[in-house]
Amino acid sequence: MITDVFAWLGDLGNSKQLSLVIFFVTFVAIVLYVFTGKKRKERLESYKNIPFLDDDEGRPVSKDNQGNKNP
Amino acid sequence: MSTSAAVATAAPAEQYNYDIVKKFSIMALVWGVLGMLAGVYIASELAWPFLNFNTPEITFGRLRPVHTTLVIFGFGGSALFATSYYIVQRTCQARLWGGKWLPEFTFWGWQVGVGGGAILYMLGFTQGREYAEFVWQLDLAITVVWVAYFLVFTMTLRNRSQPHIYVANWFFMSFILAVALLHIFNNLAVPVSITSLHSYSLFSGVQDAMTQWWYGHNAVGFFLTAAFLGMMYYFVPKQAGRPVYSYRLSIVHFWALSFLYMWAGTHHLHWTAIPDWTSTLAATFSILLLLPSWGGMINGIMTLSGAWEKLRTDPIMLFLITALAFYGMSTFEGPMMSLKSVNALSHYTDWTVGHVHSGALGWVAMVSMGSMYHMVPRLWGTTIYSLKLIYVHFWLATIGIVLYIASLWVAGIGQGLMLRAFDEYGNLAYTFIETVTFMHLPYVVRAIGGMFFLAGMLLMVYNLYMTIVGARRTVGVNAPAAAVAHG
Repeated sequence: MITDVFAWLGDLGNSKQLSLVIFFVTFVAIVLYVFTGKKRKERLESYKNIPFLDDDEGRPVSKDNQGNKNP
Repeated sequence: MSTSAAVATAAPAEQYNYDIVKKFSIMALVWGVLGMLAGVYIASELAWPFLNFNTPEITFGRLRPVHTTLVIFGFGGSALFATSYYIVQRTCQARLWGGKWLPEFTFWGWQVGVGGGAILYMLGFTQGREYAEFVWQLDLAITVVWVAYFLVFTMTLRNRSQPHIYVANWFFMSFILAVALLHIFNNLAVPVSITSLHSYSLFSGVQDAMTQWWYGHNAVGFFLTAAFLGMMYYFVPKQAGRPVYSYRLSIVHFWALSFLYMWAGTHHLHWTAIPDWTSTLAATFSILLLLPSWGGMINGIMTLSGAWEKLRTDPIMLFLITALAFYGMSTFEGPMMSLKSVNALSHYTDWTVGHVHSGALGWVAMVSMGSMYHMVPRLWGTTIYSLKLIYVHFWLATIGIVLYIASLWVAGIGQGLMLRAFDEYGNLAYTFIETVTFMHLPYVVRAIGGMFFLAGMLLMVYNLYMTIVGARRTVGVNAPAAAVAHG
């Protein structure tokens, strides 16, 4: 029985089905991991602030629009 | 990992290697102008063939790879090197690894590769593989440069002060790894001799075609999509002044895109000698790709949620959000064109060329331009020379893109319908030359659209040149003040 399983896994002709199962299961696991758990949600969402941790002191304004700080 | 991201302290700007980012940024502009100029010229050649001037070096066949190489690898590649080096340092709060020498090596290696390739194409030396026309010696040299890039990027990640690797860096990492795989396997070849520039592909027949389009499509997926999404996930939040809409969605976006893209390449070979199941598989995965693509687009656009007024006041934000809108549009059009029935009409027509440019101009170029407008003033510690010129650039670019893709929809769909039309006896209804005559006017409009886009690019170069010159004057007048403000 085990030998048959290994033989099936070792057959390159079955690689398409095998890789589909592996990728699909992995992807579903990632989605479940990302979208479950309240603490995990808070932790993951906290990472969105990383780009602002060494923020510029002043945001550039153009010489032809000194009053507009948006850009 | 913990939530310590929130308590990490800012690193001083002086610790970052901005010199290499500046160099790549400048070369992105140089290659951008040259590449788009080549594009406008070959588009004009199709509209007005006398522009060939019976000179082989400037005919469509030789200038076309010059155009694609300069805009994809010269402009896009240099913009990606610049932004990835900028982003990885700022989000990891670590100086670029490799000292001065290794990043410099990636710069000179890349520029010599792109420039050398373009010159050789004009002289008639090419591998003849689309988007991979470099001769085998340059392929080897680029491989070495890419390994150096991989080392610089990953070692900088290893040296990070942050416990978490920000998602933009994931996209850059997948880009670096996937492009390495694609480049190596697609370019496996047997040189004619050690001194010859010619080589023969290791693959033949259907395998050669499938390898070529596995490469071609995933170059779009990982070079022109994943990497520029890395750019988007940093510069859209920074420019908006608010974090990305959903970090968890960005994680799913990344993994879904990575899982799905690799399977879709064969949709470039529908209705050819490839096995039918590969065609179906590619179309299926292309349709599935719509989900992560639109998830990412929505994530980027919704970052502005609650601050939509920025679109009225900030032309850089206009560039970035319009880029995302074009990303959404072209990632809808692409899966649709991958359906076999639609592809039967669209393939071998200029619809495909229009589709590519809605992604290349609308998404890749506009997100790069928005990012450069954000980054360049900060690199030189100054302010942008003119916001008004950015507005003018935005409208020139947008009008150019609309003219370009609308004219090629007309040209391509009309061409496809004419090529497939039969009369009551089963004979072709139109001759080939009738399709060419039909497409002349759309070709003229397409060339004009390209001119609009190039004019915008020239305006950007002028604006950024004046910005940099202004910064140097400021440094000369008041060096200490300039050094303080910009991290």
